[in-house]
Amino acid sequence: MAKMNLLQAINNALDLAMEKDDSVVCFGEDVGHFGGVFRATSKLQEKYGRDRCFNTPLTEQGIAGFANGMAAQGMKPVAEIQFADYIFPAFDQIVNETAKFRYRSGNEFNVGGLVFRTPYGGGIAGGHYHSQSPEAYFAHTPGLQVVVPRDPYQAKGLLLASINSPEPVIFFEPKRLYRAAVGEVPEDYYELPIGKAEVVQEGSDLTLLAWGAQMEIVQKAADMAKEKDGISCEIIDLRSILPWDVETVANSVLKTGRLVINHEAPLTGGFAGEIAATIQKECFLHLESPIERVCGLDTPYPLALEKEYVADHLKTYEAIVRSMNF
Amino acid sequence: MTNPNNATMTTVHSAEFTSGHALTIPTLRLLKDDGTLYEGAKEPELDKATALKMYDTMVFIRVLDERMLAAQRQGRISFYMQCLGEEAAVVGSAAALDDKDMIMAQYREQGALRYRGFSLEQFMNQLFSNEKDLGKGRQMPVHYGSQDIYYMTVSSPLGTQIPQASGYAYAQRLRGLKNVTLCYFGEGAASEGDFHAGLNMAAVHKAPALFFCRNNGYAISTPANEQFVGDGIACRGVGYGIKTMRVDGADILAVYQATKMAREQALAGNEPILLESMAYRLAAHSSSDDPSGYRSKEEEEQWRKNDPISRFRLWLINKGWLDDAADTEQTSALRQEILDALKVAEKVAKPGIEHMISDVYAEPTVQLQQQLKELKAHIKKYPDAYPVTAGRID
Repeated sequence: MAKMNLLQAINNALDLAMEKDDSVVCFGEDVGHFGGVFRATSKLQEKYGRDRCFNTPLTEQGIAGFANGMAAQGMKPVAEIQFADYIFPAFDQIVNETAKFRYRSGNEFNVGGLVFRTPYGGGIAGGHYHSQSPEAYFAHTPGLQVVVPRDPYQAKGLLLASINSPEPVIFFEPKRLYRAAVGEVPEDYYELPIGKAEVVQEGSDLTLLAWGAQMEIVQKAADMAKEKDGISCEIIDLRSILPWDVETVANSVLKTGRLVINHEAPLTGGFAGEIAATIQKECFLHLESPIERVCGLDTPYPLALEKEYVADHLKTYEAIVRSMNF
Repeated sequence: MTNPNNATMTTVHSAEFTSGHALTIPTLRLLKDDGTLYEGAKEPELDKATALKMYDTMVFIRVLDERMLAAQRQGRISFYMQCLGEEAAVVGSAAALDDKDMIMAQYREQGALRYRGFSLEQFMNQLFSNEKDLGKGRQMPVHYGSQDIYYMTVSSPLGTQIPQASGYAYAQRLRGLKNVTLCYFGEGAASEGDFHAGLNMAAVHKAPALFFCRNNGYAISTPANEQFVGDGIACRGVGYGIKTMRVDGADILAVYQATKMAREQALAGNEPILLESMAYRLAAHSSSDDPSGYRSKEEEEQWRKNDPISRFRLWLINKGWLDDAADTEQTSALRQEILDALKVAEKVAKPGIEHMISDVYAEPTVQLQQQLKELKAHIKKYPDAYPVTAGRID
């Protein structure tokens, strides 16, 4: 075990993946010698050479197309999109190409092994072009896997699983936690399962569901509810948005009868809506109160009023209390 | 270059534009309309067997296209796209490749597929989206693909294969393979951002990709002069620092020679090459298009005289490699063969209901399995509404 922050855990995962398998190649804007604007690919070019870790021109659609081609050839490209806010020029390549490669060819070709890594989310005074959480767009696209880790241990295990996955993966990294989250991480290779949620705290009164950087926030809200009102929250980290683990969430709600979902992205069309629709069907007769969603407002991500905008622990606490008192 | 701008810095002291047409690119042509060589033109090294295979492939595609367009008009298939007028561009370029060079096509390059050995039966199975189709009946007609013969499954969105070809070729180089990736696209698709992205990345990352632009004058109804102002597409290659050649796309010897040279240079120099083939799309864009709405019969007739097959045919006859009478007989036999294959393929069943969810992922997710289960139960309840699958569900 070693103490690592989330960036170091990602860097360590990439290092291990590249060491283990020659076909793993990392690239993106500023990814080469500089090691990425956040330093996630630090020292990788030095260690594995310019052919396997390199800068690309400023072209997200090109990066994604290039990655599709490499993966179709059988290599494992790990392509960085510098900010999730800038993934949209690559949307066609990801949604129409990456996601449909296996299906449209009848399994003649596939792009398994392809991972798009991209920092997402707010809390860094980044305004609307350095703070977005676009996971729901991709969750609407069959053929992709969408993964979001919450801490360094999870980031390393889930990233290694993503690189080893037979499916293409979009790996959203909570950039607010890049240096803020520090934890014990095994130095050896390990994988954590994709498509499996994790119950991180057991409880009996209410299920609290989130992913990525919001896990910290819902934990804080749960602690507050425990302390002030004696409410026992069961906290679940969804970890994979696509495919998502209905069973773990439904089992928890069958037990608690209440569900509060928290995400950073705007409310309307956010992934919480999908979860709420499925859980009301799976658990209808066991629900004690309406499913609550604590999300961003339906606005672009603000700058000066970021604190007001975010789905913070106080808003989450209020939703917990509303749900309990319904 | 040593300056940080990576550009030449020849200084002048009076303000002057470089013209947008400062660069004019010549067109390689070897064969005259009568099938003889231009003076000074040297024919490429081509043995008789290869030349005849090229010719047979062109004729095969011409006849297949005629027959399948008719089948579409009869309502037997939903859609079709012909190669008419561009057979030399496609077959000539495919013939210049190694069998393990990857081909990433657009949708009008069935000649390359045939040259690689895609069987008549395989063509038919795809066109009828039956259960023997390699693509499992998921894509509209003409979206072929086969791993076995290194032909990437065709995708409808235009230009997406261009940066993919750069990545594929980069991977070929990294793995030490002595192979290139040939990427076909039209002059219209070259307006997509993926063209710029793909060519620039291939150049920067030294990927041995051959970008083969079929400039055929039209993108559906939009003529090339409403698509761009520069000198064709070739001039852009020079802008990316890519070696470029323009070739008469109705002259199969010129296309063959240009592609052969491009392939050798791409491998020797670890670099991409841009080829622009100039031909004319004699047919409609697709079976859903009617060119009379945007161009004249006179224009078409003028280009019909520039037929790539007859030009090559005359060359072969001049060489004594092709017998006129035997060839005519063979073509009529081919018509019958195609009709017979069509009749077989149209009777083959559609893919089973399990292929609704297969290949979305390597293994269907829990959600997909549940959705299939519900769908099967629904079909069983209303079998008359779903005749393709109702009788085949256990």
